[in-house]
Amino acid sequence: MVKKNTVKKESNEEQRGRRDFIVVASYAMAGIGAAAVAWPLIDQMNPAADTLALASIEVDISKIEVGQAITVKWRGKPVFIKHRTEDEINSAQSVELSQLKDPQADVERVINPQFLVMVGVCTHLGCVPLGQKTGEIRGEYDGWFCPCHGSHYDSSGRIRKGPAPLNLEIPPYQFASNSLIKIG
Amino acid sequence: MSTNKFSNPVVRWIDHRLPIFSFMDHELNEYPTPKNLNYFWNFGSLAGISLVIMIVTGIVLAMSYTPHVDHAFQSVERIMRDVNHGWLIRYIHMNGASFFFIVVFIHIFRGLYYGSYKAPRELLWILGVLILLLMMATAFMGYVLPWGQMSFWGATVITNLFSAIPLVGDSIVTMLWGGFSVDNPTLNRFFALHYLMPFLIVGVVILHLVALHRFGSNNPIGIDPSGPQDTVPFHPYYTIKDFFGLSVFLSLFAAAIFFFPNFMGHPDNYIPANPMQTPAHIVPEWYFLPFYAILRAVPDKLGGVLAMFGAIAVLFILPWLDRSPIRSGNFRPIFRIFFWVFAADCVALGYLGGMPAEGIYVVLSRVATAWYFLHFLVILPLLSVIETPKPLPQSLSKSVLGGTAMVGAASAVKEKI
Ligand code: HEM
Ligand code: FES
Repeated sequence: MVKKNTVKKESNEEQRGRRDFIVVASYAMAGIGAAAVAWPLIDQMNPAADTLALASIEVDISKIEVGQAITVKWRGKPVFIKHRTEDEINSAQSVELSQLKDPQADVERVINPQFLVMVGVCTHLGCVPLGQKTGEIRGEYDGWFCPCHGSHYDSSGRIRKGPAPLNLEIPPYQFASNSLIKIG
Repeated sequence: MSTNKFSNPVVRWIDHRLPIFSFMDHELNEYPTPKNLNYFWNFGSLAGISLVIMIVTGIVLAMSYTPHVDHAFQSVERIMRDVNHGWLIRYIHMNGASFFFIVVFIHIFRGLYYGSYKAPRELLWILGVLILLLMMATAFMGYVLPWGQMSFWGATVITNLFSAIPLVGDSIVTMLWGGFSVDNPTLNRFFALHYLMPFLIVGVVILHLVALHRFGSNNPIGIDPSGPQDTVPFHPYYTIKDFFGLSVFLSLFAAAIFFFPNFMGHPDNYIPANPMQTPAHIVPEWYFLPFYAILRAVPDKLGGVLAMFGAIAVLFILPWLDRSPIRSGNFRPIFRIFFWVFAADCVALGYLGGMPAEGIYVVLSRVATAWYFLHFLVILPLLSVIETPKPLPQSLSKSVLGGTAMVGAASAVKEKI
């Protein structure tokens, strides 16, 4: 390394500082490049444009009798639409919020109280709760019951007992007319 | 094996039980490499990186690709239009195949010129030819997957090559197809094999590298390094040089992907496969054209197929055809001329393979095909006997530094780093 010492020690160190800078800068550039290449390879796993485009459906609710429920598919998941009876509406509205694990008033969960629209996916680990068809177990709160690990939902779809942490989710929807709703 | 080579105690603990770090240090860091390698020695590492690029983009494509005749074309179009960055990933894979072949062809011609196939590197060479064959099979089956017109008719023509085999030919073709024409079962198995084969290539590449590291790289002079003064450690000298080459390669690759992504492809492959109608002029991908020209040059079905496979088979036995003890073409004045004639012949075959099989093209294809085999089977064996080579330098250092006067300066350079 040491040849004829015409170069002063000080400027030698200065040179080393510059060299370190170049090395660090090159590694940083390589890192940025690698990240820029990795991103498209990862992001391709997110929903594609056509998958996102399938995101809304329309449902005719005029044929659902009082007390009856239907299940429709939205983004690959079941959506429960329940035409609730007077009793069910009353019991859902009269619950004290303090009794709820995930406190939410029934009025916040519906547009028209007669029709409860929610995503039929248990907030515990994703099973579909029972209670849509007549004769199915509806749990201790006369709503829905998830058989997987025993979560009980009330007639507003709120979690009352069992391992699920949250109420059944309300999807974004509107009434396009009195008999037609648009989900998504 | 010194265990305290590494300062990090975790590395040391692992290395004592599983000497993976010693191995990497030995093969990638201190690995002594001839100090006179030129840029043609960049193409091996470029080929390896191309393989990795193909595997990564391929696995990602497979996440959105559907191997079914009713959905394959659409699924590729969906990749192009709807999947996030899908167009980019597909264009990388599509052009990646072409760039992979460009790199490997240059790599092979480097070996041909500098005699890298000669003892003791015969197996290294043979493994390389095997990689070429596997690549060709992989690329052929990959080209079938988008299920366009060229995919379908390419698959039909190439699988039908096997029908030339006497007696069992037709049964073999039926078995390849899984039916009585190229159809859904064919597409399914081609996808399965297209996914598998790159990993077989990885396996052969590893063997190729084991064989390489046994005796180390050949070099432009073709004589063995006579000692440490003729070599430099692989790192940082050749890691840096390989990275520089890589950045040039990636720049060209990116230019193709972003500005001419379909230049090396064929527009007819954007028409969905139609088993009822063959396109007017069907050609394989450019990297198959020389072989395709040889196939068509022979006016006999079986003969054509044999000539085409023979064109690769001669590469396997090349180490025993060229018996000259001199490796590098630099010291073989006559060989050198014939080497360039041969290179031109291969380019000509590539051109002729893309032209319609009629008139003057047929005649020229025959001449070029004949020359291809003449080169290997007659010229090379003959040259090994009759050619007088130029005198070889005494050592790599001498040839690099042009005599003893420079030796002092050379060691000064070494000391500095
Ligand atoms: C030796 C490495 C490889 C080579 C030479 C190669 C070659 C090709 C070629 C030429 C195409 C047709 C491109 C087009 O016109 O669209 C293709 C398509 C395809 N390859 Fe590969 N490939 C390789 C590795 C892989 C791997 C490891 C996978 C993983 C499964 C893969 C998956 C695919 C898929 C899904 C397609 C169809 C989509 C498309 O056409 O772009 N490839 N490949
Ligand atoms: S998934 Fe419903 S209770 Fe566990």
